[in-house]
Amino acid sequence: MTSGQVPGPAEAWLLRAVRPLGGERADLLLAGGRIARTGAAGTLDATETGAQVLDADGLYALPGFVDLHTHLREPGREDAETVESGTRAAALGGYTTVFAMANTHPVADTAGVVEQVWRLGRDAGHCEVRPVGAVTEGLAGKRLAELGAMATSAAAVRVFSDDGHCVADALLMRRALEYVKAFDGVIAQHAEEPRLTEGAQMNEGTCSARLGMAGWPAVAEEAIIARDALLAGHVGSRLHVCHVSTAGSVEIIRWAKSKGWRVTAEVTPHHLLLTDELAATYDPVYKVNPPLRTAEDVEALRAGLADGTIDAVATDHAPHAPQDKETEWSAARPGMLGLQTALSIVIDTMVTTGLLDWAGVAERMALAPARIGGLPDVPVDVRSSMGVGAAATLTLVDPEARWVVDPARFASRSRNSPYRGMTMPGQVHATFLAGRPTVLDGKIV
Amino acid sequence: MNRHLLSTADLRREDALLVLDTAEQMARLSDRAVKKLPTLRGRTVVNLFFEDSTRTRTSFELAAKRLSADVINFSAKGSSVSKGESLKDTALTLEAMGADAVVCRHPASGAPHRLAGWVRGSVLNAGDGTHEHPTQALLDAFTIRRRLGRLDGLAVTIVGDVLHSRVARSNVWLLHTLGVKVTLVAPPTLVPHGVSAWPVDVSYDLDAVLPASDVVMMLRVQQERMSAAFFPTEREYSRRYGLDADRAATLPEHALVMHPGPMVRGMEISSEVADSARSTVVEQVANGVSVRMACLYLLLGGAYERDEREVTR
Ligand SMILES: [Zn+2]
Repeated sequence: MTSGQVPGPAEAWLLRAVRPLGGERADLLLAGGRIARTGAAGTLDATETGAQVLDADGLYALPGFVDLHTHLREPGREDAETVESGTRAAALGGYTTVFAMANTHPVADTAGVVEQVWRLGRDAGHCEVRPVGAVTEGLAGKRLAELGAMATSAAAVRVFSDDGHCVADALLMRRALEYVKAFDGVIAQHAEEPRLTEGAQMNEGTCSARLGMAGWPAVAEEAIIARDALLAGHVGSRLHVCHVSTAGSVEIIRWAKSKGWRVTAEVTPHHLLLTDELAATYDPVYKVNPPLRTAEDVEALRAGLADGTIDAVATDHAPHAPQDKETEWSAARPGMLGLQTALSIVIDTMVTTGLLDWAGVAERMALAPARIGGLPDVPVDVRSSMGVGAAATLTLVDPEARWVVDPARFASRSRNSPYRGMTMPGQVHATFLAGRPTVLDGKIV
Repeated sequence: MNRHLLSTADLRREDALLVLDTAEQMARLSDRAVKKLPTLRGRTVVNLFFEDSTRTRTSFELAAKRLSADVINFSAKGSSVSKGESLKDTALTLEAMGADAVVCRHPASGAPHRLAGWVRGSVLNAGDGTHEHPTQALLDAFTIRRRLGRLDGLAVTIVGDVLHSRVARSNVWLLHTLGVKVTLVAPPTLVPHGVSAWPVDVSYDLDAVLPASDVVMMLRVQQERMSAAFFPTEREYSRRYGLDADRAATLPEHALVMHPGPMVRGMEISSEVADSARSTVVEQVANGVSVRMACLYLLLGGAYERDEREVTR
């Protein structure tokens, strides 16, 4: 099916002295798209297999990252991003699969559009592209899109979302949750009660009061998450909560999980790091939806990601053309780049702080999102993702690297990174997709 | 002084007092037959108004002309701005014209902040969205000081749609800086959610606050707030938060009634009160010119030394 990405049988790589999950040094032989053999560092022989040797001393191996929330902008806004440019950014950020959100022009609400996006991804070859299907026609929140047709298309859609908009109608949300059970789909909700956020520009709180900007209250997110969790529990369906941003949302999700309901959640790197104080610059590079919240929210999100209440990190990578950001705040479009900075921010906020170990990073950035997204062949646990027989879909990270963010050097077509000039810990050195390198030495192959 | 006047929150006490003292000198000039000073001869002031406000624009225009500056009125109506030209492109145009100061009125909060990053001249915020209106607050403080002789230790009550009021925000920061005790009175729906961080008292009961107020400042209430369910009817608003003669009678003898204009007579203020001796409404307009002269003078002519290196683009 993914013929463009399967390596030739001859392609084999020996990762010399790599540290799987940051543990003891080991040799990993990648062949036939899988981890073919493992051994103590320096013990595996490359000559018999003809493998190319990658000196990975000092690098950590993690399962390839999976992003449940990427805006690739194609079709429709190719000036901001294309599947080609966005997936290059993804590979450079250590991602091997991205879920492409449906709010394109035209909207990905038919089998035709999702297949187009899926093919563009396959042809680009930098990572797997799994299209997300719209829940409702045109994201209008009125009628269900043909979810079944998208599921059975070549794109094999399993995640459905009106992201950018909330499926606000309770009955429509219930029906969507029920309907996708037929093909083990999941509804990924952008939780935002629309009446409570009319004209909203930023988190409602002391900053919005001072800056004179219409507030986006935490309750507008929390009320929808509570409602959807109850609906998911009632009908026994899978609910995924996009970009959780408030402490209250973490509590509600924790409660929903305690009931045994099938509720999962993601958090973005920016919500793990940045706060609403940044809006005081009135620079829309900090405008995002849901908005940046308070330091207390950031703390609760980190704790929720650490204890597993929040299952996954997802970037909500949202490229925008300069004219959509170099404006007054209220005229700017919400969203920020994320693919090439996600790992560094997770290291900064979760690993350096002792909240997650590297196995935890692997779980939150690779395995959990793969399971939520319904990818085939997900390793049963983090350990086995590094064992013989696992897919050779890997990210090699230099944990000691330090680099300064210069958006002009990103692979993305857009430059709207809020991290410009910041020094970041950790860098992706190489990315392998089913045994084939997509990135080597920090550069696209 | 700062290079720009964007917010009263970043005005130090001595800067605010310098503006008021300078405005006092400008006001004396207005009493003379020849009202012009040569101070800003050869300097260019651009009035960049993205919102209709004849009174504020005229006030700035008069202020600049009395200082002998060249004034360009750049209105959004009918210009390339309304045809979708971006604020940034407009800024670069003004920059090419060599504007020394840009007086900016804009419906978006923070637009003058953005502008300040794109032009070399000084930016004066003439009202941005629901954020601030610094010269209005300065002229209000100037009016209070002229009438009551001081600011320190006074009690000022601001009544009305605080949530959407740039006048209220600018007054809160400035009056606090100048030692005034500020009380906000409004229906709870029109008090910002994050108000607890402000240096003010909040009350929902106008009658309880009036007897201890040296100044009561009435804010305009826009009709469209009703449809957004901020309050049930105009009549109920007026009954609970409007200033009529009976209420005004409970104020101390010396207390002032202020309004930034334009007033909605019969809504937040009765005609009787608006036209009473306590009312400073007309003086506020005259004082506005003096205060804006002072601001332009201090930003362009005097206290601030221009430094080319500060420009960020
Ligand atoms: Zn979203």
